[in-house]
Amino acid sequence: MAEVLSLTEAVAGLVRDGDSVALEGFTHLIPFAAGHEVLRQGRTELELIRMTPDVLYDQMVGVGAARKLVFSYAGNPGVGSLHRVRDAVEHAWPRAIALEEHSHAGMAKRYAAGASGLPCALMRGYIGTDLESRTRVERVRCPFTGEELVAVPALNPDVGIVHAQEADRAGNVQLWGIPGVQKEVVLAASRSLVTVERIVDELELRPGGVIIPGWVIDAVAEAPGGSRPSYAHGLTERDNAFYREWDAISRDRERFTAWMDEHVLSGVAT
Amino acid sequence: MSAGPGEVQTVAAARALRGKRSVFIGVGRPSTAAILARMVHNPDLVLFYESGTIGAKPFRVPLSIGDGELAETADAVVSVVEMFDYWIGPGRVQVAFLGAAQVDRHANLNSTVIGDYEQPKTRLPGAGGAPEIALGCPEVVVIAPHSPRTFVGQLDFRTTSGRHTTAVITDLGVLEPRDGELTLTALHPGVTVDEVRAATGWELRVADEPAVTPEPTDEELSALRELMGR
Repeated sequence: MAEVLSLTEAVAGLVRDGDSVALEGFTHLIPFAAGHEVLRQGRTELELIRMTPDVLYDQMVGVGAARKLVFSYAGNPGVGSLHRVRDAVEHAWPRAIALEEHSHAGMAKRYAAGASGLPCALMRGYIGTDLESRTRVERVRCPFTGEELVAVPALNPDVGIVHAQEADRAGNVQLWGIPGVQKEVVLAASRSLVTVERIVDELELRPGGVIIPGWVIDAVAEAPGGSRPSYAHGLTERDNAFYREWDAISRDRERFTAWMDEHVLSGVAT
Repeated sequence: MSAGPGEVQTVAAARALRGKRSVFIGVGRPSTAAILARMVHNPDLVLFYESGTIGAKPFRVPLSIGDGELAETADAVVSVVEMFDYWIGPGRVQVAFLGAAQVDRHANLNSTVIGDYEQPKTRLPGAGGAPEIALGCPEVVVIAPHSPRTFVGQLDFRTTSGRHTTAVITDLGVLEPRDGELTLTALHPGVTVDEVRAATGWELRVADEPAVTPEPTDEELSALRELMGR
């Protein structure tokens, strides 16, 4: 059963140095507040996993919290490069970072296999690309049809962290809008944290809403606005202007460092 | 009205969606073209965005594929797993619009790295959904700026196969595969074959009589400019 904790307590209890941590959110419900709390608590040597590492992972990689990045698309959507990730990969600043990259389909299938308790997932893809030799996939033959397919290994992060709109006091979570891989990550991870915009007495079930029962979640923490500058559909708006501003902030090492000190590292958890 | 080269490219891409049932799009010019196609040519066109929004009807050009407006206006919003497993993989989306940093003569695409993989000159965002989208969608249209930096003899990394590519629409003209190799089949108004050759990093094949892209109509151009101003 999920414990309803403060964000500080939840992160302190679940995230350890060296962990593989997936802070997911496919362009929506990105757990910025939780990621910032991980940084404030000084966690380091992390293996950061995410399909679309965007501004949050640019920040986490930029302060040197990660030893490895597992991903499928590392860009600032609609804006351009993640300058901190690029600096780490191209110039090892502030430290070298290992990469393991997949396609979106590959990552999604890996999470689904992890959530299913299976060792791998089968798919078409990778064959005929240079990705195949640069990542962890194997060719297999379908025992029924003989078709050549690719197997991708299950992804079971030590910790899965996502944001959602709401939870009840027993930690049952409901989210709506773009569902991404939120449910898969919670079910695939060994330990999980869901931050929510609000805690309510009773969940009002919505058509198309995704329910994650509290008994498969370790901790729920209230974090209003916790996905900003991303958004929580129906409750907050995506701050597109900030995503554009980030391009300039993140281009320069000193400006980035000053910004992080002022806005993230010196702050307190909500 | 007279159109700039970028506008001609967008208009040409929108025209490629006449009579099509569905299109898979990312952000930027492909998204603009698909929204324009719904405004001018094909109001029933079903837009698929990678974020899981099927049948989105954006009023503005979205900055990201996850903008709230896409989910609010969609016929259905599905998980990433479902998007790739049920919709893209089995070929339920007719056309895909893809971009890339590098394109080779077989329409293979690089969106991973410029230079050596281990010691990159420029680290690009990576594959995203492109490899499986290009494999699943029966028709792939590449939209890219025409320059020797983009149209290269040798890709630094093959992210995506060009096997299903039916056209490459640039700001200079249109390339289509002929006997397995991209061939210049249409020039945008005012562009010469020599200009396209100079902007291509390999010895470009040219069709016997390349067509000329019809000038954007006033209707197309005013719709495009109105859309960009929203």
